[in-house]
Amino acid sequence: MDTILSLAAQNLLSPIILSFALGVAAALAKSDLNFPEAVAKGMSLYLLFAIGFKGGASIADHGVDGQLIASLVVGVMLSFLLPIIAFGLLRTITRLSVLDAAAVAAHYGSISIVTFVAGSSILEAQGIGFEGYMVAVAAAMEAPAIISALWLISVKGGGEARGMDAGLMREIMLNGSIVLLIGSFAIGWITGKEGLAEISPFITDPFKGVLCLFLLDMGLVAGRGLARAGGAVSGRAIVFGVVMPLIGASLGLASAWLLGLSVGGAALMMVLSASASYIAVPAAMRVALPEANPAIYLTLSLGVTFPFNLTLGIPLYVALASAVIGG
Amino acid sequence: MEMHDAKRIEIMIEQIMEKRLTDLLIENGVSGFSVLPVRGGSGRSGQWSRQGQISRAEGMSAVVCLIKPERLDVLLDVILPVLERHIGVVNITDAKILRAERF
Repeated sequence: MDTILSLAAQNLLSPIILSFALGVAAALAKSDLNFPEAVAKGMSLYLLFAIGFKGGASIADHGVDGQLIASLVVGVMLSFLLPIIAFGLLRTITRLSVLDAAAVAAHYGSISIVTFVAGSSILEAQGIGFEGYMVAVAAAMEAPAIISALWLISVKGGGEARGMDAGLMREIMLNGSIVLLIGSFAIGWITGKEGLAEISPFITDPFKGVLCLFLLDMGLVAGRGLARAGGAVSGRAIVFGVVMPLIGASLGLASAWLLGLSVGGAALMMVLSASASYIAVPAAMRVALPEANPAIYLTLSLGVTFPFNLTLGIPLYVALASAVIGG
Repeated sequence: MEMHDAKRIEIMIEQIMEKRLTDLLIENGVSGFSVLPVRGGSGRSGQWSRQGQISRAEGMSAVVCLIKPERLDVLLDVILPVLERHIGVVNITDAKILRAERF
């Protein structure tokens, strides 16, 4: 137990978590601290390229095995399953309509790539290795939850979903983050260690510094979202925003154990299962379920679950993965 | 100087629906339109600002086009299905244009 607590404390006091906390604090204090939109976008592109490339290079180094395929399949299954659990929980503990509950549920089956990047960075800082293909698992877990949410609407009623037309499917599958992540993963895989060595001064050395600044910006976004949300979500919905990641992480840990992932891989599977989307899924929900209230799902995913995962969740998941998988 | 009657349609539309709308405009022969970013505003859901938004889910765009008056009703019938379930405003004003052959 002491080890778990000391690991958690160590994570909480890391530069990236403290940078995020600074952003949240500045936003809540109504500071005018702000990042130009283009700078924030540039940083996110850099981080996605770097994490994808490093994952691909790691695959080139270790090769492809059945565990990779199994991890992808399990990731997709989790993404289909988690919204159904989230929907049931929301309908039990909150008064959200079927439509709003399904829209929120979709976010919790999908993933937050920033949380994943932060998690992998914390693992690297602690010298805990992880399977490079977890980047591909992250990409695979982005979209299935949206299909689950639309299925829930069709089964439970409560609204009219626009449906997954070709345009919406293309927007989800080819959204910039996915293309860059998979594309850089492929480049890293093709060029391997040599390719990584060539651009390492660009994608490895400055990575943590850029991540700190990016999370500072994300802290500002999350803090302002929280401040603006006001009465948009009930206390029970906020409880959901904290409990659901823990349920997701538990399923992620069980899946990782069954898959035989390493401690780092298990921690990242927990992070992916616990995180909630706030980029791809909100956009998909605006197209497919425009009557669902965006203030609810954005506040929960970005204002509650994202800060929770970043500050308390990731340290907890790393500690639990170490305790359960690492023995 | 000779001036001609036209209708100016200004559509405030969710950013995520912008391309669907402009594709429809093009399909229906409206080759000239402008898309303007909206920095923020206020509506039935309260105030909002483009600042700090990381998803395309919340932003708004303004699409402006000028058409011949006789085409208005047909065009509105075509574009309304894209707009009706979403946040936004459509306003139509009478306008005068100088070079009618361009519209």
